[in-house]
Amino acid sequence: MMDPLVALGDWLLSLAAKINLPPAVSQVILYLLGVSVIATVALVITIFNTWLERKIAARLQDRIGPNRVGPWGLLQPIADAIKMLTKEDTTPAAADKVAYNIAPILAVVSVLLIWAVIPFTSVWYGTKLNVAVLYIAAVGSFGVLAVLMAGWSSNNKYALLGAFRAVSQLISYEVPLFLSLLVPVLLARSMDISVIVEKQGSFLEMFVVAAPLAALLFFISSVAEVGRTPFDLLEAESEIVAGYHIEYSGFKFGMFQAGEFMHTFTIGALTALLFLGGWQGPLVDQYPILGLVYFMGKSFAVYFVTMWMRSTLPRIRIDHMQALNWKILVPVALVLLMLTPLVDYFTKDLGVLFSAFPGSPGELTLTWRTAALLLTNLVVGIGALDIIRRTSKRNTKARQRFPERAVARPPKEEAA
Amino acid sequence: MLDNWLFIGIFVLVAGVFPAMPIIMFHLFGPKRSTPQKLETYECGMETVGQTWVQFKVQYYIYALVFLVFDVELIFLYPWAVAFDTLPLLGVVAGVLFIFLLADGLWYAWQKGALEWS
Repeated sequence: MMDPLVALGDWLLSLAAKINLPPAVSQVILYLLGVSVIATVALVITIFNTWLERKIAARLQDRIGPNRVGPWGLLQPIADAIKMLTKEDTTPAAADKVAYNIAPILAVVSVLLIWAVIPFTSVWYGTKLNVAVLYIAAVGSFGVLAVLMAGWSSNNKYALLGAFRAVSQLISYEVPLFLSLLVPVLLARSMDISVIVEKQGSFLEMFVVAAPLAALLFFISSVAEVGRTPFDLLEAESEIVAGYHIEYSGFKFGMFQAGEFMHTFTIGALTALLFLGGWQGPLVDQYPILGLVYFMGKSFAVYFVTMWMRSTLPRIRIDHMQALNWKILVPVALVLLMLTPLVDYFTKDLGVLFSAFPGSPGELTLTWRTAALLLTNLVVGIGALDIIRRTSKRNTKARQRFPERAVARPPKEEAA
Repeated sequence: MLDNWLFIGIFVLVAGVFPAMPIIMFHLFGPKRSTPQKLETYECGMETVGQTWVQFKVQYYIYALVFLVFDVELIFLYPWAVAFDTLPLLGVVAGVLFIFLLADGLWYAWQKGALEWS
């Protein structure tokens, strides 16, 4: 069966050949169309997500949520956009005009660029880049620049303080993020996301089975990277009003929000691709279009967890935020990264440990390699939890042994 | 291969245009009734006191330094991660040692007190 989008592309190319366009020009036009489709899809999903998030957050807090505009409040995002359009475009007199106006655009661009390498199905993807993971790491870091530009150029103390907080948080959590991104690269021996997805054919081959700890580290540090609750110190409204985007109004503010929403869904998509097998699923070989359903289902499942966390957890303190990163996530990720290649190297040729339902389409095979890697992850994770528990216990005991209160003691000489 | 980067290049342009369009529209069609008071810095309703470029915590700077060490060295690990299973055992051990040295650097910073938020 020919894929409809590929057929459409071929038809357009043949059409261009008929009117004697040079092949290079027609190729660029085709790319332009593809890029616009991907960017539009990303933005439409974002617009839908603003509604979904409000609805689900409302349900988790025992409210109804948006329900006036359109059926089930579905047109609420459009009403919000029109409202933002009627606001006044203010640029503070003391602001640095250029940086102030570029920052909201950059906030969206940094996230949108990640979508260039995301494969939706086995045949629908922007481009197959052989260094896709490195590209994602590089492009994702642009977000920090947007935040710093916004905070610095607003010429506002709260915005500047918010930007400092944001930058210190974003660059700190980039370290465990990059470290945990390395684990799927190690397991798939490729930086190409399509190859990483192809390596996760069946249920037990998904990298979340071989590396659950890496998946958890990736998820936590990406949530912190977006700056959502519980890591939303960068816009703590009770302390620094709204953080780096306090001076922005209307659509410029809307772009920061859109960037945040899009980034949250993007980490859902990346977790689905890198650890949950992306578009892989039953019967996907016969009907590649099913891949889109699996990919979206997995992405929205991860996205739902972030919404759930947002409605459940309170904001953490800034010193706890840094301690969690540098004293827990980074050491655990480093230990995991030291053990994963060694275990993988020695167990890669050992073969199958057991196989359930052999011969059927739902065949499950667990290799020695996956089992050994899973065991390594569990040992590192449980060991880390145990060390944390012991150290925190020791600290409480130490505090109890020397209670801080004024006690009159006789001098030592007199006692003797 | 170059095709891929052409695609990325076009994507950069389009990704810039997509958020710029609503902002330009907003700039053109939004109401403009600005007064000098409206364009003042909004901090808490009172007039702003002093310079905006306040002194900030030196801790931020130390975190940035620790980050720099990790970020630069991590990039070297990506090519190794792709090819490690075709290397002899010594190559794998060398990579692991490299990560161990990173961990050692973190331990040093930790013991120096660079990671304490005080």
